[in-house]
Amino acid sequence: MSRGAILAALAALVVAALAVSLRFGAVGLGWEGLWQGLKGTGDPSAIAIARELRLPRAVLAAMVGGTLGLAGATFQALLRNPLAEPYVLGVSGGAAVGAVVAIGAGWAAWAAWTLPLSALGGALVAIVGVLRIARGVGRGLDVRILLLAGVVAGTFFNAVILLLLSFQEAQAFRAAVFWMMGSVSGATWPAVVLLGGVLLPSCLVLLGLARAFNLLAAGEETAGFLGVRIDRVRLIAYVTASILTAGAVVVAGGIGFVGLFAPHTARLLWGGEHRLLLPAALLLGAAFLPLADTLARIAVAPAELPLGVVTAFVGVPFFIGVLRRQAGEARS
Amino acid sequence: MSGGISNAGISSGGISSTGTEASIWRAEDLSFRYPGARRDAVSAAALTVGPGEIVALVGPNGAGKSTLLKLLVGALEPDRGRADFRGRRAAGWAKPELARRVGVLPQQEEPAFPLTVRELVAMGRYPHLGPWRRERPSDREAIARALSRCRVADLAHRPFATLSGGERQRVRLARALAQEPEALALDEPTASLDVAHEMELWEILKGEAAVGRAVLLTTHNLNLAARYADRLALLSVGRVAASGSPAAVFTEATIAGAYQWPVRIVPLVGPGPDAGAPQIVPVRDGRTRP
Repeated sequence: MSRGAILAALAALVVAALAVSLRFGAVGLGWEGLWQGLKGTGDPSAIAIARELRLPRAVLAAMVGGTLGLAGATFQALLRNPLAEPYVLGVSGGAAVGAVVAIGAGWAAWAAWTLPLSALGGALVAIVGVLRIARGVGRGLDVRILLLAGVVAGTFFNAVILLLLSFQEAQAFRAAVFWMMGSVSGATWPAVVLLGGVLLPSCLVLLGLARAFNLLAAGEETAGFLGVRIDRVRLIAYVTASILTAGAVVVAGGIGFVGLFAPHTARLLWGGEHRLLLPAALLLGAAFLPLADTLARIAVAPAELPLGVVTAFVGVPFFIGVLRRQAGEARS
Repeated sequence: MSGGISNAGISSGGISSTGTEASIWRAEDLSFRYPGARRDAVSAAALTVGPGEIVALVGPNGAGKSTLLKLLVGALEPDRGRADFRGRRAAGWAKPELARRVGVLPQQEEPAFPLTVRELVAMGRYPHLGPWRRERPSDREAIARALSRCRVADLAHRPFATLSGGERQRVRLARALAQEPEALALDEPTASLDVAHEMELWEILKGEAAVGRAVLLTTHNLNLAARYADRLALLSVGRVAASGSPAAVFTEATIAGAYQWPVRIVPLVGPGPDAGAPQIVPVRDGRTRP
């Protein structure tokens, strides 16, 4: 299949995932009722459910999934390490510290918007801090030192979170843990616009780096001899992917596994060429997360499962299946 | 130096011959010391490489061959002296511009992710395309030409990781040729290749020199270097101990002195165009030398 055909098929998959996510939920609307509700001609409660609850939630889930897929693919290319994922450099840890502070200090109970703002502050502290450590130690931007700095920062943030949590009362503790597990249940149109404002320019920037990523994947020394300005590419990739991750974490908490699963599945199915891999990872993540969120909503309705738990429960078996299929092809 | 610089032979358009005997690479009084090292890795070295010429850097392990190569391709900044490419400091060239003119083959590279042969060779077009431009017909032609020159066209869709050592080196050379450079710099391109693969690689390099490209390489195979290279530079502890035609460099005293092992020099028996080329035969003298 050509690049265009693969991406078109994935885009269709995203649309299908959005439809499924809109159709199913605690309240049965049916396709007809859903359509009426979206058009705004059905009964008022169906309109409210379709337009105010499910649509922003499904769209936000797709955007968060896509953001994490793209950020994961970028971190893997930047760090030349297939184990890298969006949270590997401590961005989610910093955001979580911000969120826990907002919850623990009671800001979040006072005004809901302080929670994402505080999380964003934490994420930015993490991004800048890790970069400063890495640049201060290495000559240029050495990715091994960057990785080490990120992992160390993440560990430190985890310790801070545990320290803060140990002083929380039960309710705040629950709220903090639920936030860290990730959810798109609080989806609003402003959140969609916020993440979209980050995602669109980031896509363009990263697609512009796709060829350089290919060269870096082949070998750093070689990439330099082929004319890649390595330090500049690394810096742009790090900052862009970190801001993407921060955007996703701020609107939806720490949803795990998507950022690892989406780029890996894309690479196993269609190879490591980044001009295909980056958009494919984005679209796979965007198709996967609305489906996982649908399952999170209907599995124990009217209660909800934490989304991060569902992504792992659904994603891991699927991922193992892809790996096995690949191994089977390699043998034959 | 009479490498046959005919523009007919370089239809690919990568080489702009000035029509003079201007050197491609020139090193003068070139010195470099790695941070923390106790002696210069390269010390007061002088060297020129002209268009259509194959120059081989030879010498014992640690003599400074790879360092000299890196200085000449601008990957290292000299501490003293000059390392010029086309009359300008090699390290002063903008990287994309240099990459359009010099194809470099580092000693090793380990792809972090799976790539096909075609994808790897197509990377040679990056300096010409930049991040956004699509492959044009001329790019595809350059890739196809490089694949066929290195006889790896039938491997185009194979994953690079599944190739043998000899095939990998030919694919990497194809990527350098896809750059359509006027010069090639190769760090031990024939290391750990079998006889046939090694001969094939030298033949490809000879063909590239014949269309006017300057070829600079490091190698441990003195005897093949003497048969294919126009000139040799023998390095010993960072210094150029001898340079010139193979016949001039290959004296028993010089080689034995550089390698600390006794040798005899004998003429190549032939058959072939290079019969009579000086060949080194290390002597077994029953002693183990330090």
